[in-house]
Amino acid sequence: MPGMKFTLLRRTCKQAAALLVAREDRALSLPDSVALRLHLMACKACPRLENQILTMRQAMAQWRQAPDEKGGQAGSGQP
Amino acid sequence: MATFEEQLVEHRVYLMRFARLQLRNDAWAEDAVSETLLAALSKPQSFGNRSQLKTWLVGILKHKVIDLIRSNAREVSLPDYGADDEADELDKLAFQADGHFASPPQDWGDPQQTLAQSQFFKVLDACVERLPPALGRLFLMREWLELSCEEVCKELSLTPTNLYVQLHRARLRLRECLAIHWFGTPTR
Repeated sequence: MPGMKFTLLRRTCKQAAALLVAREDRALSLPDSVALRLHLMACKACPRLENQILTMRQAMAQWRQAPDEKGGQAGSGQP
Repeated sequence: MATFEEQLVEHRVYLMRFARLQLRNDAWAEDAVSETLLAALSKPQSFGNRSQLKTWLVGILKHKVIDLIRSNAREVSLPDYGADDEADELDKLAFQADGHFASPPQDWGDPQQTLAQSQFFKVLDACVERLPPALGRLFLMREWLELSCEEVCKELSLTPTNLYVQLHRARLRLRECLAIHWFGTPTR
């Protein structure tokens, strides 16, 4: 069954999207994590979603640091 | 030179904003901030600059907020499912029946460029505030209080599955809000 291996690691965009969101809060299983990586390499649409999620991750990190001192002064939280 | 008390008062509005956003309850937020300022007054310290004092105060506030969440866990932990929550948030990304995107997600461009714009954080703030209370609390317990999922589950007596479902909703709602209110403008 040559197709078997691929089926295990195949994810639809919808499944990949769910994994991209889940990854923010929990460690993915090894098969999920490998399958997601493979999917992102082959897919044109999902890397955009990944970029959206990463943008949100970085935005929350910055928001947490100096939430009312935005405006280009990234180092405002530092002494 | 402002007295320590005066310096503390300067940060009150800021602390209130966070306490409100996290607790979604004005009375609790007042309590958390008052207790924070009292705790700070009881051990006055001097700081080299405003932001160090602020960081210290935020640290105290986070502890007070966690205490409040803990003592009100029963009220806090009931997620307010609305009828519209039943729909899978993922469907807003427009998938076809075969699991492919009907149209590809928006290109959000370089995150660094986005994050350099102060206006973006106003929109982010508004989008966080717009999350339904229960989702907003859970989301900020992760993102502002920086609790692990295990800790959030423990504080609120949630199962991990339930928590993950809620966080998934919160993140996708926030994504949608940003997509519409920030990235939706073609000039950006």
